[in-house]
Amino acid sequence: MARTFKGGVHPHDYKELSKDRPIEDAPAPDVVFVSLRQHIGAPSKPVVKPGDEVKKGQLIAEPGGFVSAACHSPVSGKVKSIKPRPHMMGTPVDAIEIENDGREEWAEECNVPADWEKLSVDELKKKIAAAGIVGLGGATFPTHVKLSPPPDKKIDAAILNGVECEPYLTADHRLMLEQPDRVLEGFRIIQRILGGVKGYIGIEANKPDAYMLMKEKAMKYPDIEVVMLPVKYPQGAEKQLIKAILDREVPSGGLPMDVGCVVQNVGTAAAVYDACARNVPLIERIMTVTGDGVERPANYRIRIGQMLTPILERSGLKEGVRKLIFGGPMMGLAQAGPDIPLAKGNSGVVAMMEAPLFEPRMCIRCSRCVDHCPMGLEPSVLSLLSEARRYLEMAEHDVLDCIECGVCTYICPARRPIVQQIKIGKQKVLEARKKK
Amino acid sequence: METVVVGVVILGLLGLLFGFGLAMAGKVFAVDVDPRVEKLLDVLPGANCGACGNPGCSGFAEGLVEGRCDLNDCPVCSPEARKAAAEILGVEVGETERRIAVVHCRRETVPPRFEYHGVKDCAAAQIVYGGFTTCRYGCLGLGTCVEACPFGAMYMGEDGLPHIIEDKCTGCGNCVRACPRGVISLAPVSRDVHVLCNSKHPGKYTRDCCTHGCIGCKRCEKTCKHGAITVTDFLATIDYDKCVNCGECVEVCPTGAIGDVSLLRDRKPARERYAATAAQEG
Repeated sequence: MARTFKGGVHPHDYKELSKDRPIEDAPAPDVVFVSLRQHIGAPSKPVVKPGDEVKKGQLIAEPGGFVSAACHSPVSGKVKSIKPRPHMMGTPVDAIEIENDGREEWAEECNVPADWEKLSVDELKKKIAAAGIVGLGGATFPTHVKLSPPPDKKIDAAILNGVECEPYLTADHRLMLEQPDRVLEGFRIIQRILGGVKGYIGIEANKPDAYMLMKEKAMKYPDIEVVMLPVKYPQGAEKQLIKAILDREVPSGGLPMDVGCVVQNVGTAAAVYDACARNVPLIERIMTVTGDGVERPANYRIRIGQMLTPILERSGLKEGVRKLIFGGPMMGLAQAGPDIPLAKGNSGVVAMMEAPLFEPRMCIRCSRCVDHCPMGLEPSVLSLLSEARRYLEMAEHDVLDCIECGVCTYICPARRPIVQQIKIGKQKVLEARKKK
Repeated sequence: METVVVGVVILGLLGLLFGFGLAMAGKVFAVDVDPRVEKLLDVLPGANCGACGNPGCSGFAEGLVEGRCDLNDCPVCSPEARKAAAEILGVEVGETERRIAVVHCRRETVPPRFEYHGVKDCAAAQIVYGGFTTCRYGCLGLGTCVEACPFGAMYMGEDGLPHIIEDKCTGCGNCVRACPRGVISLAPVSRDVHVLCNSKHPGKYTRDCCTHGCIGCKRCEKTCKHGAITVTDFLATIDYDKCVNCGECVEVCPTGAIGDVSLLRDRKPARERYAATAAQEG
């Protein structure tokens, strides 16, 4: 029996645009804007001030709380200012501006090989926290928090997420193909931190080359199993991946650790490897630039904080692009313009020449959204409740379990903006809970 | 014939029995309802708007009788109704002035940051990229407040702004809560001078996105003889307890961010009325 989950859809994935493009270095930035809000949780606190000289890999902002992450300078140069800058969420957020002097000098103790197998679990965790690593799949949850489950939760499995189910994106695919050892070693570090648990690597069937390569590389580790998963969106969502690989269901309102597992993205694993075995903090990542709005779709190695505009120019941004999306088309965030500094969570940018508009119509109760909802919710009911502004009743229909994957909106024949309606409901329900 | 008689007799006896039972149960399990609750319900507005924090007027009436609530919690009550309710409760209430909603925005004068095609609801628009207007504090103009109004006291004007019908507005505050940007607030009905801007952007940014935004120049603060205006975060706010409707600030405001809404409310301009009363008092 194929390993999968209930529901889901099959949008055309458009990965052919960029999946054969090797990772290339993005043009070196003249100036970077390292945002203090690149992760879920409290914003980081800057530890440098304007005028300071910084080296590549130097700590420039420390975590602002338990669920928070550090930031490091991706270039060597001079701190110019700390001011609000555009942010992919739309509201300006404080960012540290650093002018690149082009010397690429590493900070002390950075970029020095280390033997991670000799380090203790606590030392490894400290290194990961110090490197400012967050979930690079897009959710940007601080990795060291995820790797420190409370003692009463017994973890017995780690899953490496190489599914990349969002259409268009190929960053994880290229990473697995070009640097499989980095990914695999990083995953072994994660397994070790969690107590030598069994590891699974989930890869969608539309990436047979990556599957074969990872399988071959993982042969020598008996505690790692590479699993091929059927192509279906949202196969790469945490809860759906756990269901498909382990056949465990994360309880409503729960976390993967409640069913004894931890899921990490392949990009995160590579960053973990860099932090533990090379002493390099998270200052770079792989990002796809694709869509019919660029002449030359490509996969870039970008510096955290560099501006998007020069990268788009390098890829040949066409005139008259109608839509620019950070992330994939299903869950990504549409942007008002390209003048945005990139952050840790940017897995891709999709430029589209067409942005068809649909007039939403009445719900015809065809129940397609109910059939396809991977969380087993009733999106049609939630949509109607939201339309009637009966937000608090949405809580009774488990609106908070929605993962906002967009399947309901994609499948709706009446073109109703169901996810957006659900998002308002979630917000209102959370606000009401907070008041109590 | 006999069967009919037997039937009638049995049914009659059963009826008597149940009737007696019910009468007893009514006496034994009687719930004492404070008669004042019924009376209060007659004088309360009956709009069930929820502004007092209770699930409707009956909840509020019970709260009043139990001493949980205060008569002033109900913003909808007319002064007469409040007085009548106070008599029923046997308490005294101070005179409070009726408050109505005021929209603190005149709408930005530059095109929006991007085209928005999502759900026609301000709260929904606000979660998409922080709202489509260049000014991040101004009215989004999708009319969520109008739909939240239980009294039909609001309508969307041709200028893309919500307008308030003075006579119908009860000051229940549902629009204030519905607005995701806090553009609407409640103010005493007799005050006609308001800051018609909500922008906490620095002055230059406000000027770039709006010709009539508050830029925080503080001229109003310096001009006001009554100390009613304070400027914080590039935005003037009027203390309605101190404001006397003299309209001096309206005159000096360089952008028109402080406005006199008298004409909209079919009254003479605040400045004229103030001058007239000042002359009367000599």
